[in-house]
Amino acid sequence: MSAAPSIAIASGKGGTGKTTVAIHLAATLLFHRRSVQYLDCDVEEPNGHLFLKPKIDAVESVGIPVPVVDAARCIACGKCAGVCEFNAIAMLKKPLVFPELCHGCGACALVCPVGAIRETPRAVGVAETGRAGCIAFAQGRLNVGEPMAPPLIRAVKARRDPEAVALYDSPPGTSCSVVATVRGADFVVLVTEPTPFGLHDLDLAVATLRPMGRPLGVVVNRADEDRRVQDYCQAENLPVLAELPDDRRVAETYARGELLFDRLPDWRGRFEDLWARIEERL
Amino acid sequence: MKELVVISGKGGTGKTSLTASFAALARNAVVADGDVDAADLHLLLAPDVRRREEFRSGHAAVVRADDCVGCGRCAALCRFEAIAPATRPGDGARVFAVDPSACEGCGVCVWNCPVRAIDFPEQVCGEWFVSGTRFGPLVHARLHPGAENSGKLVSLVREQARATAQQERRDLVIVDGPPGTGCPVIAALTGAAGVLIVTEPTVSGAHDLARVLELANHFKIPAAVCINKWDLNPEQADGIETAARAAGAAPVGRVRYDKAATRAQRQGLTVVEAGPDSLADEIRAVWRRWLETLAIPVPEAP
Repeated sequence: MSAAPSIAIASGKGGTGKTTVAIHLAATLLFHRRSVQYLDCDVEEPNGHLFLKPKIDAVESVGIPVPVVDAARCIACGKCAGVCEFNAIAMLKKPLVFPELCHGCGACALVCPVGAIRETPRAVGVAETGRAGCIAFAQGRLNVGEPMAPPLIRAVKARRDPEAVALYDSPPGTSCSVVATVRGADFVVLVTEPTPFGLHDLDLAVATLRPMGRPLGVVVNRADEDRRVQDYCQAENLPVLAELPDDRRVAETYARGELLFDRLPDWRGRFEDLWARIEERL
Repeated sequence: MKELVVISGKGGTGKTSLTASFAALARNAVVADGDVDAADLHLLLAPDVRRREEFRSGHAAVVRADDCVGCGRCAALCRFEAIAPATRPGDGARVFAVDPSACEGCGVCVWNCPVRAIDFPEQVCGEWFVSGTRFGPLVHARLHPGAENSGKLVSLVREQARATAQQERRDLVIVDGPPGTGCPVIAALTGAAGVLIVTEPTVSGAHDLARVLELANHFKIPAAVCINKWDLNPEQADGIETAARAAGAAPVGRVRYDKAATRAQRQGLTVVEAGPDSLADEIRAVWRRWLETLAIPVPEAP
């Protein structure tokens, strides 16, 4: 168990306010003089940097190992193509590799009887680290058109500072990218909104995350008179950590890329309460 | 027959609400929900399921604890941190177990286990459906929680939507795409006749639009851009349209920020059905202009 807790901020539906919650939690932790690190694991569309405006100190290429066949050694036995579960090697006269289909598992190199396969990294994106004032910052940026997000997410999480409270900003949905983000987190905050889409996708996210055995809590963003999400949480025995009221001024402040605290001071207390609710569950 | 895809990059910009309105406006289309890991279109289209099929894809490793000798070769070879030591129930021996949520399905552990103690069953990753709705056929799917291969399921949904369009002699397929720029989005886009990107005038919306436009250009799909909730920040909306033009995309209209969209959703209706007319007219204009940029005849209003 590491020194400081890690908290993943996820949602089923996109656009419910994950990034807003994550960056305001980071700011709240700073008020408490806690050491905090924000890690943007939404590597397809990282947005936290637009609000935190970090100074990036290090940019590292992240790749996955893909096979290169040494034609002189290859005996054309076809075992590499046979063992590949992802159809990344086709057997013609010699094996033909499709690097973009390769998951980097290493099966082909292990099975090759003559040692004709060596692995070389294929870049899928970059992992960046830096600081936004007192907030430590890390993010991944997946190359556009690149399908392999989970290895980059793992690389971002590997940059976590164990001394700081880690906030993992997750991609939306319920796919392997979300699972890669949430895996190993001490607590998961699910941000939703009180609409049929929000509730439906929350239910999917809960079904995905519950078997992973992490404690879950829900933030209802843009809360109004519709109580169906809260009723669902009660029936499912999920704590509602916060209800953040629907307010057009919040949408406008977000649109400009500004922190709510600066414009709407009453929001500071809402995030203080949210952090208190999370902390008592850690 | 032409395939039109609606995507957004950033989630929550109103992509599905707009797609549902387009389904109502198109007279002769098949609708496909390509957002398979958070499919929501059915909540507005109330499908009546006519065909239901399992989606099988890939395998997952499962260690038979009774046969495991605890050598740990599987864990050492696994590159996905999916295998960890475990205690065998009964005799308490140290064995190894696979975390299904982390297993990539590559088979390295299966083929390299010295005592062949690892099974590799095919996975049922979800289901897909062909349904009837008040606007015509809907092809949709449900990925099982945490399942992999959502890109393959998106491709399957599109394939079935095209087949349905051919059988029923319908000339359009409208696809509600997933958010992001990764594997499922690529699967939703490739080979489409046109893509509409629904964005919003926020710093995140502008940033994500730039990335999805790059993706559309990469696959050479004619792109159009619609700004939803444009009045949250009119200046930013102008900037987004300028940037879209510079990237070769056609701005095809704006839709205002209006709680009526949420009210329609709560009634299980599309905005063009629930109104108000002024908001519905903005959506009709986007639909008409998008089709015009692609030289597709605009269906007559009933």
